Amino acid sequence: MTEIASFAVEYRRFLDPDGQAVQPLPAFAQDPAALIPLYRAMVLTRSFDAKAVALQRTGRLGTFASSLGQEAVMAGTGAAMRPEDVLLPSFREQGAQFLRGAAMTDLLLYWGGDERGSDFAGPREDFPICVPVGTHAAHAAGVALAFQLRGEARAAVCVLGDGATSKGEVYEAMNLAGVWRLPVVFVVNNNQWAISVPRERQTAARTLAQKAIACGFEGVQVDGNDVIAVRDAVERALEQARSGGGPTLVEAVTYRLSDHTTVDDASRYRDDAEVSARWKDEPILRLRKHLTDAGAWSKEDEEQLIAECGKEVEAAAEAYLATPVQPVESMFDWLYAELPGDLAEQRAGLVAEAGAAGDAKDD
Amino acid sequence: MTEIALIEAVRLAMARAMEEDETVLVLGEDVGVNGGVFRATDGLVERFGDKRVFDTPLAEALLAGVSVGLGAQGFRPVTEFQFMGFFYPAIDQVANHAGRLRNRTRGRLSCPIVLRAPFGGGIHAPEHHSESFEAMFAHIPGIRVVIPSSPARGYGLLLAAIRDPDPVVFLEPKRIYRAPKEEVADDGEAAPLDCCFVLREGSDITLVTWGAMVLETLAAADSLAEEGIEAEVIDVATLKPLDMATILDSVERTGRCVIVHEAPLTGGFGAEIAARLADRGLVNLTAPVKRVAGFDTVMPLPKLERHYMPSEGRILAAAREILEYS
Repeated sequence: MTEIASFAVEYRRFLDPDGQAVQPLPAFAQDPAALIPLYRAMVLTRSFDAKAVALQRTGRLGTFASSLGQEAVMAGTGAAMRPEDVLLPSFREQGAQFLRGAAMTDLLLYWGGDERGSDFAGPREDFPICVPVGTHAAHAAGVALAFQLRGEARAAVCVLGDGATSKGEVYEAMNLAGVWRLPVVFVVNNNQWAISVPRERQTAARTLAQKAIACGFEGVQVDGNDVIAVRDAVERALEQARSGGGPTLVEAVTYRLSDHTTVDDASRYRDDAEVSARWKDEPILRLRKHLTDAGAWSKEDEEQLIAECGKEVEAAAEAYLATPVQPVESMFDWLYAELPGDLAEQRAGLVAEAGAAGDAKDD
Repeated sequence: MTEIALIEAVRLAMARAMEEDETVLVLGEDVGVNGGVFRATDGLVERFGDKRVFDTPLAEALLAGVSVGLGAQGFRPVTEFQFMGFFYPAIDQVANHAGRLRNRTRGRLSCPIVLRAPFGGGIHAPEHHSESFEAMFAHIPGIRVVIPSSPARGYGLLLAAIRDPDPVVFLEPKRIYRAPKEEVADDGEAAPLDCCFVLREGSDITLVTWGAMVLETLAAADSLAEEGIEAEVIDVATLKPLDMATILDSVERTGRCVIVHEAPLTGGFGAEIAARLADRGLVNLTAPVKRVAGFDTVMPLPKLERHYMPSEGRILAAAREILEYS
């Protein structure tokens, strides 16, 4: 027998669950104070998620996907990107979107049922949330192709879940990225559950990272609860992508501590004991231990940060709740660059109906 | 000016658009060196280079999805699907993304893309190579559905589609790819995207069709003329958005209408036109609206194909039935 090819998948972790460094930290993480923005981003995301779930539970927000337990994947990814890169999120990447400059109010508007929530004032070229799982991988390839054609040192970042890696389109996009060496990074948020289907029922592959190997590029697995590992891996992948070195897949191994969304009840399919056991690995606690041990974080700092984040989230929620509903005819007004005559009559009918009903509010 | 066929007109329009706008790209399976399976893109890679004309891996959903990404970044990809029968996996991208991107971002991102596919039967092609499911696309909000029926209209409509700021599904009737030919001026003149073409004027009956069925429909109109019946023939050309005004105006004068399409009858686009006639044109109708369409069957393989395709005879039979109606 002659072996014609062999492959390995690297696993990277810098901090163990106790916040202890298991290997020398990357440059950006050597000064503990420099890690505080990452810590803040994770705390803010958790605070936002809690508020969003509360708003949903009290009938003031639609279905919402919390990122509880996966904040390191989002913060690490968002922090690794440059403003000129483009993020193509799935629907659980609010933590990354905030670091990109998307407003919390925008995401509340989106989940509250208002299209204006995807008209980000900040990252104008970032894609909106992608609900049909994995279809945005091809968009990421297209965006990356645009950068490559224009000779720009930019990269696209596509975040998808473990379930998405089973979709044909994700393979199609990764295959194209590999063969054309496109400047794109696929970040797989492997949170172990695709609604009720566990990771081991999703694929027989030992890792999700190895799916990149079939497409001719590197896949790495990182501890997705170690924000340093996520940021380091995504940053390295982005540097490679921007300098013409082609794509990378980063599989971040984490755990979905929440239900899939607010309409899901995970107790139907997984044991509470399993979830409880996973809380000891969660990413915020880990970085807090690290910062505290390094003398860079105090109880007072923590209290102040929690208060700050809470205030910020409350302000965003108030702004969201105070936003007037769009005019009803807006459902027509952004469909085409110019409204075709064929639709003008339907639009006029709707406007007349809303006018007759006495107001344009329809929620 | 020389006479050219539809396939050459399509190529001419792409070349013209690439010449005038460097954001126009051509991509698809075998569109590069091979020039496309029907040769629609023949010579484009030599002329514009492999940074603007490129072969993709064999993956249709990807083709549409990559086009969405390129479109959001300001490129204008003209993406070829080899046959409409292979377009199905990409419908997800058209419906869930291309047609929605502008709306769901309130205009922040848009999708100025053209997805081209040869469609229809009548060329004795293998299985899955002869379908007509334009009605599926016409049901999707936020896109345009355009079907040329001659070389000149093919040139003008494709130029318009490429210049349009929104996604266009451009379906090319491959039965008329090589013939008939007509003179086409490469003058950069686009055709309107929201307007039916009246191919023949008449006052006795209106025949509404699109794509390759224009041939049989015009032939039927000729036969009717020999009997002293003047048929108006309308090529819908832009199914979405639909120019119903031209059809209603015609039926107001003729009082009778036959709708002809190759696609299966049930849920076909003819049903939409008939419904709108019932809604807005009923007072002018002097006879029931007839549809001459493909059967609600799987498109037969070549041996039985001609029995599936609406023929001049079937169009005439339908026309005579409602002409005799009183």
